[in-house]
Amino acid sequence: MITIDREKCIGCGECVDVCVFGSISMKDNHPIISDDCRLCGSCAKVCQYNAIEIKREKKKKVTDWRGILIFGEQRDGVILEVVYELLGKGRKLADSINEPLLCVILGKFVAEINKLALYGADEIHYFEDVKLESFNCEIYSNIISNFIKKIKPSIFLIGATSIGRELGPRVAAKLKTGLTADCTGLEVNKEGLLVQTRPAFGGNIMASIICPNSRPQMATVRPKVMKKLEAKEREGKLFNHVVNSELIDSSIKILGEIKFNGQCDINNAEIIVSGGLGVGKKEGFDLLEKLALELNGVIAASRPAVDAGWADPNIQVGMSGKVVQPHLYVACGISGAVQHRVGMETSDVIVAINKDERAPIFDIADFGIVADLYDFIPKFIQNLKNSKAQI
Amino acid sequence: MNIIVCLKQVPDADEVKTDPETGRIVREGIKGTVNPFDMFILEEALRLKEQFGGKITLLSMGPKDAIHTLYYGLAVGADEGYLLSDSKFAGSDTLATSYALSCAIKTLGLYDLIMCGIKTTDGDTGQVGANLAELLDIPSVYYVNRILSYQNDFIKVERFLEDRSQILEVHLPCLISIIKGANVPRMPTLEGKIEAEGKQLKILNAFEVNAIEKYCGIEGSPTRVIEIFLPEKRKKGVILKGCREQNITKLIQFLKNKKISIFGMCS
Ligand SMILES: Cc1cc2nc3c(=O)[nH]c(=O)nc-3n(C[C@H](O)[C@H](O)[C@H](O)COP(=O)(O)OP(=O)(O)OC[C@H]3O[C@@H](n4cnc5c(N)ncnc54)[C@H](O)[C@@H]3O)c2cc1C
Ligand SMILES: Cc1cc2nc3c(=O)[nH]c(=O)nc-3n(C[C@H](O)[C@H](O)[C@H](O)COP(=O)(O)OP(=O)(O)OC[C@H]3O[C@@H](n4cnc5c(N)ncnc54)[C@H](O)[C@@H]3O)c2cc1C
Repeated sequence: MITIDREKCIGCGECVDVCVFGSISMKDNHPIISDDCRLCGSCAKVCQYNAIEIKREKKKKVTDWRGILIFGEQRDGVILEVVYELLGKGRKLADSINEPLLCVILGKFVAEINKLALYGADEIHYFEDVKLESFNCEIYSNIISNFIKKIKPSIFLIGATSIGRELGPRVAAKLKTGLTADCTGLEVNKEGLLVQTRPAFGGNIMASIICPNSRPQMATVRPKVMKKLEAKEREGKLFNHVVNSELIDSSIKILGEIKFNGQCDINNAEIIVSGGLGVGKKEGFDLLEKLALELNGVIAASRPAVDAGWADPNIQVGMSGKVVQPHLYVACGISGAVQHRVGMETSDVIVAINKDERAPIFDIADFGIVADLYDFIPKFIQNLKNSKAQI
Repeated sequence: MNIIVCLKQVPDADEVKTDPETGRIVREGIKGTVNPFDMFILEEALRLKEQFGGKITLLSMGPKDAIHTLYYGLAVGADEGYLLSDSKFAGSDTLATSYALSCAIKTLGLYDLIMCGIKTTDGDTGQVGANLAELLDIPSVYYVNRILSYQNDFIKVERFLEDRSQILEVHLPCLISIIKGANVPRMPTLEGKIEAEGKQLKILNAFEVNAIEKYCGIEGSPTRVIEIFLPEKRKKGVILKGCREQNITKLIQFLKNKKISIFGMCS
């Protein structure tokens, strides 16, 4: 809140000149502040008569928050890879600020809990209950936010999976703190603040974001970006927590769960063979499927290929589909429009097959083949088979 | 069933500008369009209304010209629209955005279901839905693919996580998001556009929805954008023409050099 003390103000107008936002004007010899004022404080600083006062909400004391907490997501009792990646990054950050690295895990019969220590955790906090076996956002967020209020970590990192993306904002809103989405970079700056870097606008821009006055500083982090450490004997303490029955009450009931088997999902795939409008027909995706099989990968598609009904909407890559980051992305008959590129540009290796040598996909491909995909792919498959036979 | 559909106006794909001072998006003077992911919640809401009756209320927070987004929704069949617009909301992060939306929803009164898109094409966080549900103290279910039934204050839904689907029963009121592919959104008809002109469309400010200033806009936002930069561009690689044997051999050698485990098993 900004206020002007009319008793003290002499109407000199210094504040009007200093405001870079043009938010102050004079009326009846007194300044008037418009509501686009950003409370930057330059007017208060310049006023010799101390007539302008900016009252900010008392900031919560944030100094007594310590440690880095990682969400240990598990499914069917198996800890996800992204957890180990976060522990790797978390360990480095923790060492740089000399704070402990903790991991909180909810589930039932979770295997390999001790592995969390091997990959960097100083403390493992385990909440075990049948009701925690499958993800229920209400229950998970209740338990975690309660736990956070108790142990007060200064940083809380969550894998940006379907579960993490729903859990994160729920916990952040409970704790009234900030959450940065889908980070690809994390560093602690000189002031000890976590600088969180993330792509926005479908990857068109990168933003660095801080959370200066609330704790914990929360971020969801994209899988496969951070590196896990080598497993090593480390001392890690396991704490088994009793689950408070009040927190386990929920208006959501899980009636059933079906695992998709066979079909790998494109978010986690290491190798993706993707088809665009250039595939030309639904049956063309059978050929891509064959190539995917040979490469041990999965298939994906551009939007027009999905819209044409050749591929499932679940496997659309791009701005209005999914963002993927495989080891290898093979683009077949895809022109490389910006809305497609933002979904795949961060793949480690991009191979493009397109009959038009001017197709923009070749600007970002590490390896491009100018050819008709119906000529090239069958030969490619045959060659892969042959070279496998040689081993 | 009374449904509130949250629609966000986003800038048209390629035109991204940011305010160098605050790092926040400059929206004035840039053409806006309905967030493509919000098409699926709008369509799902229309289908629920066709099946069970009730009312669809559209809610958007944004500059005055975001009214076009609401017109779009009214033209495809929603009943009324509210635009939250006030300079006090400027610069909101997801928590402050959700706070403003929650104030509006509390003012609007009773509802059974709130729908949010899975994410937007600009801010791209996907956080507003779960934030909002928490502030309203109602359950949320993200990534819904199908609404299986609606009976006695409960809905049964199927939702997708990466590797599985879950069938959930949720007590209303609740908030859901709908994935792409759950339905095929309809387009507005000429008739619909004409009808939209006669429907209720109201602009509300912070005061009218009882929003407390310190929770709004920049002041109510715990996160702060400190820098915006362009991502590194990828370099152009090798390009070979034709399907000759040697091109294929080169490609396979290239993949081997990149240590791509094409000969390993898919885990
Ligand atoms: C708001 C918005 C959101 C969007 N979101 C997405 C999104 O999420 N994902 C997405 O992909 N797109 C999206 N788009 C669409 C995007 O702009 C492009 O239109 C789309 O990516 C083009 O798809 P394509 O490359 O498959 O088709 P085209 O651009 O038609 O390219 C087909 C290519 O195939 C080549 N070709 C043809 N025949 C053969 C052959 N036999 N062998 C080899 N090559 C061949 C052609 O040379 C051409 O380069 C979006 C657009 C908008 C406006
Ligand atoms: C570069 C950049 C990066 C940012 N990063 C973050 C960040 O990491 N964390 C953060 O808290 N804020 C961030 N913000 C601020 C954030 O973009 C805004 O708060 C924005 O108003 C809402 O976020 P979103 O677009 O990501 O919405 P999402 O959470 O992706 O939206 C999901 C759904 O919520 C509904 N919805 C969202 N906004 C509105 C609205 N205004 N009116 C009606 N319905 C709506 C829609 O149904 C939408 O489909 C960032 C802003 C910029 C410019």
